[in-house]
Amino acid sequence: MLYIVDRRKNPTGKSLGNRQRFMRRAKAQIKKAVEESIRTRGITDINNGDQVIIPGKTLKEPGFHHARRGGNRDYVLPGNKKFVQGDRVARPNEDGGGAGGSKASPDGDGEDEFQFTLTRDEFLDIFFEDLELPDLLKKSLKQTTAFRNARAGFSVQGTPANLSLVRTMRNSLARRIGLRRPKTAEIRDLEDQITALQEKANKRPSGKLTKPDDEKLHALLADLENAKRRMKSIPFIDPIDTRYNQFQQIPDPNTQAVMFCLMDVSGSMSEQMKELGKRFFMLLHLFLHRRYEHVDVVFIRHTSRASEVDEETFFYSRETGGTIVSTALEEMKKVLKDRYPTDQWNIYAAQASDGDNYSNDGAKCTALLAEDLLPKCQYYAYIEITDEREAEIFAAAEGETALWKSYAPLAAVNPRFSLKRVTKAADIFPVFRELFAKNRAEAKT
Amino acid sequence: MSTSSHSKNTSTPKTTEPASKLLFNGADWDFDTLKNTYDAIEDIALNELKLDVYANQVEVITSEQMLDAYSSIGMPLMYHHWSFGKRFVRDDVMYRKGYQGLAYEIVINSNPCISYVMEENTIVMQALVMAHAAFGHNHFFKNNYLFKQWTDADGILDYLQFAKRYIAKCEDRYGFDAVERVLDAAHALMEQGVNRYSHPEKPNLAVELERERERAKYEDETYNDLWRTLPQTDTDDQDVDEIQRKMRIEERRAQFGLPEENLLYFLEKNTPAMQLWEREILRIVRNIGQYFYPQKQTKVMNEGCACYVHYSIMNSLYDKGLVSEGAMMEFIDSHSRVVFQAEFDDQRYSGFNPYALGFAMMQDIHRMCVDPTDEDRKWFPDIAGNNEPVETLKDAWANYRDESFILQFLSPKVMRDMRMFMIDDQSASPHLEVAAIHDDNGYRRVRRSLARMHDVSVREPDMQIVDVDIRGNRQLYVQHTEHEGIRLEKAEAEMTLGYIGQLWGYGVTLQAIDYKTGEILHETNYTPDDLSAA
Repeated sequence: MLYIVDRRKNPTGKSLGNRQRFMRRAKAQIKKAVEESIRTRGITDINNGDQVIIPGKTLKEPGFHHARRGGNRDYVLPGNKKFVQGDRVARPNEDGGGAGGSKASPDGDGEDEFQFTLTRDEFLDIFFEDLELPDLLKKSLKQTTAFRNARAGFSVQGTPANLSLVRTMRNSLARRIGLRRPKTAEIRDLEDQITALQEKANKRPSGKLTKPDDEKLHALLADLENAKRRMKSIPFIDPIDTRYNQFQQIPDPNTQAVMFCLMDVSGSMSEQMKELGKRFFMLLHLFLHRRYEHVDVVFIRHTSRASEVDEETFFYSRETGGTIVSTALEEMKKVLKDRYPTDQWNIYAAQASDGDNYSNDGAKCTALLAEDLLPKCQYYAYIEITDEREAEIFAAAEGETALWKSYAPLAAVNPRFSLKRVTKAADIFPVFRELFAKNRAEAKT
Repeated sequence: MSTSSHSKNTSTPKTTEPASKLLFNGADWDFDTLKNTYDAIEDIALNELKLDVYANQVEVITSEQMLDAYSSIGMPLMYHHWSFGKRFVRDDVMYRKGYQGLAYEIVINSNPCISYVMEENTIVMQALVMAHAAFGHNHFFKNNYLFKQWTDADGILDYLQFAKRYIAKCEDRYGFDAVERVLDAAHALMEQGVNRYSHPEKPNLAVELERERERAKYEDETYNDLWRTLPQTDTDDQDVDEIQRKMRIEERRAQFGLPEENLLYFLEKNTPAMQLWEREILRIVRNIGQYFYPQKQTKVMNEGCACYVHYSIMNSLYDKGLVSEGAMMEFIDSHSRVVFQAEFDDQRYSGFNPYALGFAMMQDIHRMCVDPTDEDRKWFPDIAGNNEPVETLKDAWANYRDESFILQFLSPKVMRDMRMFMIDDQSASPHLEVAAIHDDNGYRRVRRSLARMHDVSVREPDMQIVDVDIRGNRQLYVQHTEHEGIRLEKAEAEMTLGYIGQLWGYGVTLQAIDYKTGEILHETNYTPDDLSAA
């Protein structure tokens, strides 16, 4: 007897639940490992899943087991080559693996580190956990087009597809009991009794029943007719029984937001610094796409001129020249005016630069920001990328770059404006977290 | 019965026969070839080997599904727990990196017997797997006394379904954390959750559900039995004389059925403050542990039986001209990798390979039955030369477990072939001593030692619950009987003790006693956090 069952089409991922429970269990460690990993990654593969290694300590499954060493014991090994009875063998080194130890694995080392692969989604979820765009308030009515279906009880009308069988049958049963609709079995029973009596009559020579039997037959026939009539007039399912699942369309308000990415690509920025800037924006870009469905991103890069570019150009093409920061701000102002009316959009901006600026430009930047941009923005982050060596000098001499100098007073009075310094790749992630941490606003106020 | 002798017998007819007799050609397979191959295998298994098997259900799955099944201890249905997820992600990494292949099959001791085969396998592998699992393991499951006594092949899938639903329901109702806490603790005690000597009733779904309902009803109606049966307390303990005190202890032990080797059972029945659902979860873990207990005791035999069966069947197929020489080569390649035994000084060595040892012993018994030497006649007068190899093996498969099987059937030849030697490891001595080797002086000692290595009750520590201080602070006493100074793995034992404490809710003491003198060697205490804080 053989059954062959093809299970290949069965839903896979049966152990997904187990995996999720595992992730929950090891969350703290996984998170740490993810942060570690993001520090060392190239910008282009931030968007992939990753292998992470976490310490196996919390994942230990203990039990009562014998210790591997100590005590008096004997055991058998295969593959004798030269030993004879009575030979003495040096006790193998504790970590020496195989030889002699019947349980060869070195003391639980295998459990100490645990390596596995996160999917891209898991990776990014953990990575961007607890981050958000601050102060996402203004809601545009224009985009509330999405609706979702939500259950809203039962209704007496609807399409057949939504028929609620349980409710309908419950009503039908109640009605049938209430109106005493005869059951099929009862009718069959009556019919059987009638046939029995009729057969009895046929067997008698007269072909007729005795009087009591005859009366009984008539009563039965009347009952049967009555029952059949009832059955006919009381339907099994009546239109008044039917109930339908009802759904309600609930509008899902979408928030519109736009993020401006402003980056300095002038000659004073070394390749390494540009790389750092790009890394930051890459993270930002990824974060926005992951967390918010409707976020527009505007890429603006500038040297002594500024231009809006597409994503590809922004991240991958090179340009060089002098530095006039205000051109980028002007460009942003222009784009804002053209495409993103303040009353409909939540506006965010992040600017990255090495802090160098054309000497007369500082005042203009401050003015642009203070008067035009900051009032319109929910949040404006400025990331200054400095050389590691320079950073040391600044730290010692309290030195500040031109741009920092002009921005610092603004940041002091405006909670929507943040300044941060980044000197190496490892800084990017902490700074990013700090800028977009969920409780940032609370911490500040 | 070696392959060379087979090919000698069959080389002449094979060349003259038309190729159309072959069951399959090449590596690919479809459901028809699978069915035809199965039929040919079944014919040999039932008519030549006369195996007695449950109906077979062969399920074709993908490698991903195989990984899924792997991680939940090989069961098609299992409740969710993070440790299965851990196993899954680990195996997943190993598999993807190519460090570890997947098992060719998984077989479930159920009726019908379910074997999983992977779609990636070639048809030769499918034939091997079907012969191995669907007939070898299947016969063993149906006939071995341990499986007959302890497991219920008809009910296991229903029971797992119940367990899965029940635990999912608990997670919904009481939260992941609460359920995980109980499951973690129960898993830590799973090995101590079996009855070793009295075999339990077979779990039956209907009875199980009814029992659960009754337990709920009972608990609703009564208060905790444990405290109702408290002995009368004397206000003046000092007066009580020693004999009376001892009698009390005896009474108390009798009342709780102590000592109790099944730790999970004791905790399920007697923990003072425990929710019903928590007790039920302990029971589920206990039942599953019990279900696997026979498998743990028969690894060598079970695999040996399956390997012997697949080897015989494949050779028979070849003799009949049903499979080609190329297919046979592929089979022998896989087969020899499965029954490979690394030597002790090999990097790959990680203990005896149950497939290798089992297969070697089965082949050896076969050999002794049909072609005995003088040595065999001396050592095994009962079976040597009886010319009934399959019947002899079937009798062994039915009535032994690894330990007794090795003790009974391991022959000097196998010990010589595998070049076994016995090491005596005395902790007081700075070096190890080779106590016996594969020679006339050593055979019996080597065999006894190897048998003990395969004895679960020797391999696993002897743990018992011995006392509950019911009149005092409700301290629970767990005892480890130390043999030959072999202690418990300390860190793990402490963690496990913590789990017992979590379930019990009060202090727990772990005592190690010497098995000869009964003297207490050392003690470890666990105090629950809320108590230590108070």
